[in-house]
Order: sequence, then C-alpha cells, then structure tokens
Amino acid sequence: MNKNLQEQIIRSSGVNVLKCMRCGKCSGTCPSYGEMEYHPHQFVYMVERGEIEPLLKSESLYKCLTCFACVERCPRNVEPAKVVEAVRLAAVRQQGNNHLTPAQIPDMLDDDLPQQAIVTAFRKYTK
Amino acid sequence: METFTYYPGCTLRTKAKDLDTYARSSAEALGISLVEPADWQCCGGAYTTAKDEIATKLSAVRTLNAAKESGTALVTVCSACHNVIKQTNYDISNNDDMAMKVNNYLKLSEPYSGETTVYHYLELLRDVVGFDKLKEKVVNPFKGKKIAAYYGCLLLRPSKALAMDDPENPTIMEDFIKAIGGTPVIYAQRNECCGGYITMEDKAQAAKRSGAVMDSAKDQGADMVITACPLCLYNLRKNSGSDLPVYYFTELLAEALGLKEANNE
Repeated sequence: MNKNLQEQIIRSSGVNVLKCMRCGKCSGTCPSYGEMEYHPHQFVYMVERGEIEPLLKSESLYKCLTCFACVERCPRNVEPAKVVEAVRLAAVRQQGNNHLTPAQIPDMLDDDLPQQAIVTAFRKYTK
Repeated sequence: METFTYYPGCTLRTKAKDLDTYARSSAEALGISLVEPADWQCCGGAYTTAKDEIATKLSAVRTLNAAKESGTALVTVCSACHNVIKQTNYDISNNDDMAMKVNNYLKLSEPYSGETTVYHYLELLRDVVGFDKLKEKVVNPFKGKKIAAYYGCLLLRPSKALAMDDPENPTIMEDFIKAIGGTPVIYAQRNECCGGYITMEDKAQAAKRSGAVMDSAKDQGADMVITACPLCLYNLRKNSGSDLPVYYFTELLAEALGLKEANNE
C-alpha cells in the first residue's frame, strides 16, 4: 500500500472514492472497456485500497479516451475519469516516464490528421 | 449587427478550414459579427481535470478574459475548444483555489473569475439567432435528406459544466437539421465516443469505436453524418471503414443559406 501516492492522487483528482457503491456502471459504459486491463470501477476501488503501483504500470492509463461517459453516468457522482487522470498524471510526472515523445510524432502523421489529436495526446501522455 | 468574440482554435486554421470558413460566412449572413481576439493560443485539446494543474488551463483563461475585456460573449465552434473553454470557465467560477492560483500567475488588470458567457456556435444559432429565424433564411433546404447528428463526447459532457443540452437525449443538432429542411436520424451511438486521439497509437481501437458510430447511423437509414469536431470527422471518415459521407455542420448551414456549392458525394 502506497499511502503517499494514494493521498496525492485523491487530492489531485478531487474525487471522494468512498462514495463508490460498486455498481459498475462506469465500466459498463466505458468505450475502452475491452482494451483495459483495469477498468474504471477498479481504478476507483484500487485507489481506495492504496493499490497504486499496478495502476501506475498499466497500459490502461493510456486507453481512457476522456469522453466523460463515466463521469456523466455515475449514479453517485464519483467521477471515475478524474481518478484515472490523477493516476496517469502521477505516472507521467515521474522523471523519464513520458508516454509520448516528440520524436515519435512524425511516424504517426498522415495528411488529414488534425492538430487537435496531437495536442490532446501530448496533454494526456506527456509532462 | 451583434458582435461576439470568436475563438477558432488551432485545427480550424489548417485541417478543418471548412468548419471555420462556413461558420464565418454563415454568421455574417445571419447578421452576426465574429471578431477574433489578437494572439489567441491553442486551448490544449483536452481539459485537464486535475486540481493541481494550473499551467494547462491558462490559455483558455486568456481567451475567456479577452472576451471579457472586449465586453462580448465568446463563441467557439470546434467541439474540443468548446469543451476545454467551458470546463475552464466552470471550474474558475466554482473553485476558489484554482481561481486564486490562475490569477496570481496571470496578473490581469482585473482578476478573471468566470464572467464571460460561452456559446458553442450551435447555441448561437439556437439561443441568439433562433432556429425559427434560421429557417426563414434557408434558400436551399435539405429536403428529403436523412441526416444523422453526431454529438460525440465533447459537446455534451460533463453536462454540469457544458450546460448545452440534455446529455443523454440531446435535441440541439436535430433541431438544427430541421431548421435547414432535413430529416434528423436518431441512432444509439450519437453521443458515444469516436475514439478521439487514440488513433495516434491504437488504430484498431479507433476503428472499432468509429465503426460502431457509423454502423449505428447507417442502420437507422442515414444519408450522411454531421459533426462539429475535426477529430470526430477524421475518425469517422478515415478509421470507420464506412462509406457514409461525413460533413461539418457548418458546411450544411452555408449550403442551406446559399453560400456554398453542394457537396458531391
């Protein structure tokens, strides 16, 4: 259990994980459910338990589309996407742990890809 | 002529010129003057919800403050800019700690605390122009065309900050379609995500998501899909594998108003 990181993530997210009643609606409505090792309800539960390390290492951090479906549809207003974001920030804020670097960008481009995709990916994946 | 501050955002300058050009020409025809603020910055594409992030919110505050200083409401048209700017405005109005940190950094002549009213272009049509008035100005109605409105995620959610429409049963784009003489098509995936920026590193997921959206629209008999988002347009056109045409809503608006040739797809 990582008390220090747990506190940082809870504060940064602004989420009260204790409000979760484990109904699973966030994961049921998540468009990335099939791509995730840990699903939105598990992020909330594992942060509550202080099980931060497995989340920090998981590719699931980079599968969240920030579509706010879980935020909108949670019957308890827990806002799981904010927990996912706080954990992702805790990961990419570590030295040398950016998920995307400028050198990787040229290979990802095509003639139609909007800037919007690039700036959004940088905001999500890089510090 | 009523004047508004108009924020185009980075993508409307390059890959999404049609979204921008036809928004401007249509506004002029509808008696709305859109004035671009000097030296605007990219909104960042995605709102950072974390409470301890300040720098990533500053560009949106600068835009909001530019509108405040000019004494006009702010109009956005790209779904992502709209989302970032409205969420920033909501948080700076409701989170004193964030407002204090932002203002301590920016040192504006007067602190910014959420004074600006933000309209998405669709809200401008609904709330300022009025869909009835728009209907009267239509010269080329989309008669008999079945048009599927794609909201995606960014136009509606989180609804407490965006406050644009019912997040699960929206009507604003369908009402727009009716105003330009078309027939709206309601389909299950209209407010589910297209995959967004995941196309950068996981084409398969982007294909799965955007394909689900397009199949859902096609199953309900749509002739075309319209969107307000450059990244949605990209995913729906390039990653979905569907042959259903996708346009910006401003293209249809300009066509209906007689300002643009018809699309030939």
